[in-house]
Amino acid sequence: MIDIIATFVKQAIIQGVPLLYGSTGEIITEKSGNLNLGIPGIMYIGGISSVIGAYFYESSGVELNPVLCVLIPLFCAFFGSMLMALIYSFLTITLRANQNVTGLALTTFGVGVGNFFGGSLSSLFGEGGSISLIRTGECFKATLPFADKLGLFGKTFLSFGFLAYLSIIIALVASWVLNHTRVGLNLRAVGENPATADAAGINVTRYKYLATCIGGGIAGLGGLYFIMDYIGGAWTNGGFGDRGWLAIALVIFALWKPKHSILGSILFGGLYIVYLYIPGLSRSSQEIFKMLPYVVTIVVLVIMSIRKRHENQPPASLGLSYFREER
Amino acid sequence: MSKEKKQHHEQLVRISKRDQMVFWKSWLVRLAAIVLALILCAFVIVLITGYNPLEVYSSMWSGTFGSARKVWLTLQKTAMLLCISLAVTPAYKMRFWNIGAEGQVLIGCLATAACMIYFGESMPPALLFPVMFLASVAAGAIWAMIPAVFRAKWGTNETLFTLMMNYVAMQLVSYFITFWENPAGSNSVGIINSMSKGGWLPELFGQKYLLNILIVAVLTVLMFIYLKYSKQGYELTVVGESENTARYIGINIKKVIIRTLLISGAICGIAGFMLVAGTDHTISTNTVGGMGFTAIMVSWLAKFNPIVMTLASFLLTFLSRGAGEIATALRLNQSVSDILTGIILFFIIGCEFFINYKVTFHFRARSHKKEVRE
Repeated sequence: MIDIIATFVKQAIIQGVPLLYGSTGEIITEKSGNLNLGIPGIMYIGGISSVIGAYFYESSGVELNPVLCVLIPLFCAFFGSMLMALIYSFLTITLRANQNVTGLALTTFGVGVGNFFGGSLSSLFGEGGSISLIRTGECFKATLPFADKLGLFGKTFLSFGFLAYLSIIIALVASWVLNHTRVGLNLRAVGENPATADAAGINVTRYKYLATCIGGGIAGLGGLYFIMDYIGGAWTNGGFGDRGWLAIALVIFALWKPKHSILGSILFGGLYIVYLYIPGLSRSSQEIFKMLPYVVTIVVLVIMSIRKRHENQPPASLGLSYFREER
Repeated sequence: MSKEKKQHHEQLVRISKRDQMVFWKSWLVRLAAIVLALILCAFVIVLITGYNPLEVYSSMWSGTFGSARKVWLTLQKTAMLLCISLAVTPAYKMRFWNIGAEGQVLIGCLATAACMIYFGESMPPALLFPVMFLASVAAGAIWAMIPAVFRAKWGTNETLFTLMMNYVAMQLVSYFITFWENPAGSNSVGIINSMSKGGWLPELFGQKYLLNILIVAVLTVLMFIYLKYSKQGYELTVVGESENTARYIGINIKKVIIRTLLISGAICGIAGFMLVAGTDHTISTNTVGGMGFTAIMVSWLAKFNPIVMTLASFLLTFLSRGAGEIATALRLNQSVSDILTGIILFFIIGCEFFINYKVTFHFRARSHKKEVRE
């Protein structure tokens, strides 16, 4: 029994990591007042950028260096996703386009790019067939060598690739920056009321751009984790599924606090797979269980809006473009 | 010196809000954006495939209009996209960011499929069709009304609420698929009533899709009139422009929100009805296939004008069908269409800026000042 629970917790954490990256990135973005619905697309781009980087490195013929095997996909994923977030920022901040529409277009584009290159990268540049980057995957999956010897605790909590721990570190750092630094204070001011922030001498445009791009980059790492660590270096079209939307749901569940989203991501990861661990479920009731993360999010959203606690509300200017000369 | 320089620092680019741009001019800007986007897409195509982009575009054209069957298929897809776009428009005009059309249509599909499966072969058609229609309209309306009620009463964020409802609807469909699957174990419903054709919308003049297209055409005109000339259309516009104004002139905002979303969801239900009874005759979680999201862009691109939406949904359908066609012809992956659609959307979204705002460069003003100083 305890073994099953330990496996369940471990699997929940594994499922939670991409969600944690996505939601941390989206929280940073939303704190600047940008509701980026392009996160699912950005996470696809993060995944595919890392695949492209690793593919060219593995097929370049040089002796593979494990450090580079990790760093190249990592940087590709981060900068690829940042580039997507930059498109979003340019359209919504500089050109003041509608955020919902831009985000949805970004998702269409990102998923398209991901599935296109994932499906035809090797037929475009190589000998064809499906891509498998097992060696890169192995580098990402590398765990602490002594983790398995530490008993149940080691098996459950210490046996992940480094990206899982990085996601928690990033969430903690983001939480600290948002709540305990001047930059964080300014960023929150921009998201709550850009006009006031502007009057106080904060460069609203710069904050919005930086927050959205950095947030996008972090979210893209979720795609990287999914492809390189979880799958182990292969691309399946549409394999990432609806995790991007789930990450946005997690933002609400965590009440826009990265610290909460660490536990939230494990909970969501657990809800995502709980149907596999409840014995005796028929196929139909499994489908009902898969509904849980979304239902839980709706319930949280409703309770939050009914209680109207000031600190639990979304950033006040979320979803609105800021134009100094307006009104 | 440097201090003096700073004093004379002036923004190089000044952005100001434009008054209403002349109608033809704004369309010229949009057209220019589409042309620019197509040129960029051509570069992308050459970069990826090395084919002549003109050939690619011409094969897109023949893929969409090559034969009578293809034309009908294109028209049918346009009609469905247009129908869902019409559905989301009143909500959007009210600034209610309903991104749950996908789920609302799907739940309409579910209701229609249920009626077809349970009553399709026992009820006479004269009774069956109204039952199917009403069931799907009610299902869509309820699905849209749930977030609307919470928004009206407690101000619950509707964007996120409706988004989540999409996935609840999808899981609900997968749940029912496990009961209805045919053949057993296939995890798909198969063609419903394939022998008796119970609950299949009739063919008009031998054309399978004509009835759907006619229904959507009527809906388009009705929606145009509703938004432009009815009192309710006026009310929802005022609520969208300014809730304070609406309250001041005595509009019951809660009532307007719930009523508008009922209409929005009901039309989504109709779309679901036509998708299952009119074209697919089956149901899966992918029946709507992302049209609920594309519709939002159509509605927004057309500035909520139902007549313009016809063009916008045609453009997007043409793109996705055409790109799908070249993907098959050039043995590329079908996702090319998403990439091209994405690029074109970025350009159209971006060009709105140049319609709404005026950009003035200040090279001359600056040099002029210098002269004065000297």
